[in-house]
Amino acid sequence: MSAQSRSVWQTALGAVAALAVGATVVMALFVVPADGGRDAFVRGTGQGDAYRLLFLHVPSAWLAYLAFGVTALASLLWLFPRTRALHWDLLAGASAELGVIFTGLTLALGSLWGKPIWGQWWAWDARLTTTAVLFFLYLGYLALRRVGGSPEQRAMRSSIAALIAFADVPIVHFSVSWWTTLHQDGSVFNAKMQIHIQDTSMQATLLLGVAAFTVLYAYLVLRRVQLLAVEEGLAERELEAAIAQRVAAAGARPREAVSI
Amino acid sequence: MTILSDALAVAGKDLRIEARSRVTLGQILPFGVLVLLLFAFALDPQSRLLPNVAPGLFWIAVLLAAVLAVSRSFAVESEHGARDALRLSGIDGASVFLGKAGAIVLELLALEVVLLIGTFGLYNVNVRGLEVLIPTAVAATCGIAATGTVYGILAAGLRVRETLVPLLVLPVTAPVLLGATRAFDDALTGSTGDAWPWVQLLVVFAAVYVTAGIVAFESLLEEA
Amino acid sequence: MPVVSTRSAVCVLGRFPALAGADLDVAAGEIVLLSGPNGAGKTTLLRLIAGLLPLRSGSATVLGVDLRRDRRSHRRHLALVGHDTGCYDDLTVRENVRFGLRSAGADVRQADAAIERLGLAAQSGITHRRLSAGQRRRLALAVAFARAPRLLLLDEPHAGLDADGRALLDELLAAASSEGRTVILASHELERARALAHREVVVDAGLLHGGVLETIDGDVVAQGTKVEAAVS
Repeated sequence: MSAQSRSVWQTALGAVAALAVGATVVMALFVVPADGGRDAFVRGTGQGDAYRLLFLHVPSAWLAYLAFGVTALASLLWLFPRTRALHWDLLAGASAELGVIFTGLTLALGSLWGKPIWGQWWAWDARLTTTAVLFFLYLGYLALRRVGGSPEQRAMRSSIAALIAFADVPIVHFSVSWWTTLHQDGSVFNAKMQIHIQDTSMQATLLLGVAAFTVLYAYLVLRRVQLLAVEEGLAERELEAAIAQRVAAAGARPREAVSI
Repeated sequence: MTILSDALAVAGKDLRIEARSRVTLGQILPFGVLVLLLFAFALDPQSRLLPNVAPGLFWIAVLLAAVLAVSRSFAVESEHGARDALRLSGIDGASVFLGKAGAIVLELLALEVVLLIGTFGLYNVNVRGLEVLIPTAVAATCGIAATGTVYGILAAGLRVRETLVPLLVLPVTAPVLLGATRAFDDALTGSTGDAWPWVQLLVVFAAVYVTAGIVAFESLLEEA
Repeated sequence: MPVVSTRSAVCVLGRFPALAGADLDVAAGEIVLLSGPNGAGKTTLLRLIAGLLPLRSGSATVLGVDLRRDRRSHRRHLALVGHDTGCYDDLTVRENVRFGLRSAGADVRQADAAIERLGLAAQSGITHRRLSAGQRRRLALAVAFARAPRLLLLDEPHAGLDADGRALLDELLAAASSEGRTVILASHELERARALAHREVVVDAGLLHGGVLETIDGDVVAQGTKVEAAVS
């Protein structure tokens, strides 16, 4: 594919992502009905408008897990000798960056929703707590990526760290949900966590949101990998130039005869 | 089995260094006890709070001390280029992992005995249910030491080792903190039956990361 | 078959090309001196031969092992004495030598003889921490010689040694060479090292001069022969 047609495709992908996210926002804010009616939250018969956050919260949570999954897969592909190529490491890094951003967004949206519904910003809900641990798990991974060394060293270090972190996800999820179910007696946890998605417009908006965020992810990760590859290529060219320079410098120097 | 006997040689070397330098005994152990003391200052010792939260405080103290023990274990290897010497010896990465992690397990278990006596004395906790406490402590410690050793070699030789190791180790070991705390809580309150699922979780965690260490350590020792 | 053979070996430290294309042949039993200014790439070349650093391009074969495929399996047959001792501060001289032997799968009973040979018998029970710089150098050499390696890589081994120590080192290297062991040493003690070495290779800005052996009828020059370095 030529560079030009690739950039056309990219722009198209970006436009689709923007349109889809915009459509999700419009649907979530103006089209779907409030849960149990507009004043439902005040009357105590539903969540009212607060639940509209769900249409961003669920897709961003989905995206965070997708991104970390892609990081693990790309790390595996780098570790496997037959598919070892540096672009897998770049993909792993780019995907983890997006994963951390969207994990942070998930946490923020979850807290915003928790305040009116649970009456507090943070209620140690199992899924939110797991997400918080994931946030720090991958923050450490990103810190490890920035410590320097050659690209191969970075790839080896971070691919193993990514798999270690990924193996921890089910264990964290399992232990946290087990831990929180022990505390179900607290009134907070009996709060209306269930939202009845009956309206077809709700279902459609949720699906649209997930699709929109997935396209957005694809677009962002693509651009990020390209940028990283350009940086990497630049560093590579500088290195080649440095090698040539050293060879030239050594060649130009007068050599004394060496004998013993 | 050369892997195991080499691992024993590495563990023996690390323990001998600790026995002679007394860093674990003279610094890490007092640090652990100090953390217990600080918790008592932060939480009113007069209330009934301390005995109730003692298991969690105990395991946080262990985790913080473990981070120091891991840092220490790899500081020893980077001091006079010992890591290169270890690589040049041709010793298997799995042996180095098992040896270093094994030494950390023994150090932490000794520390836990002291901390348990500390919680008994300082927090007024009745220590009982040893048949649960001991397997919990062993499984949890193996898990902590295995993850710590893998991340220790990842960060070894980096300028930011001391700050990076806690950021890497503590989130991964979150399930260990949860599981070991619950199991200790169940044991100390007499409901030992509830503790076993948590012990199983700890065993799974330890098995996953010991395996990961055995498989990955060679590459990390060489390339990272 | 040379013990060490590299062609156009490029080795990068971080983003710096420390070796920009090294051609080197070393035959069994040879003592080769690497000379050249600081930062020329001598240490990098020794670490590359030891398998501690990856090749970026070019080729390197050491003790019959192609380092592009395997940088590990030749290590048990070589010893590298670098700027650091590779020893542990809180272990005694004896414990350090014994651990060096033990981890290399060699017989730990060789330890006392090696310590004796390097003149450290009196310091045998003293920890590394309490040794002087010269004694540490002797300890590092004791660890290396105890294993009786086929290939000895020495990075400025004379540094820190007293007159006795230097004479002792020369003796040990000559003995190793006559036993068929190969020695590559980087040194700034040129007079002493040239008297000892069979051949001098000048390392300059990541390139080698005089690294490739002249071959006589396809065979590598016999060990122990002094070879005029071919400077192109």
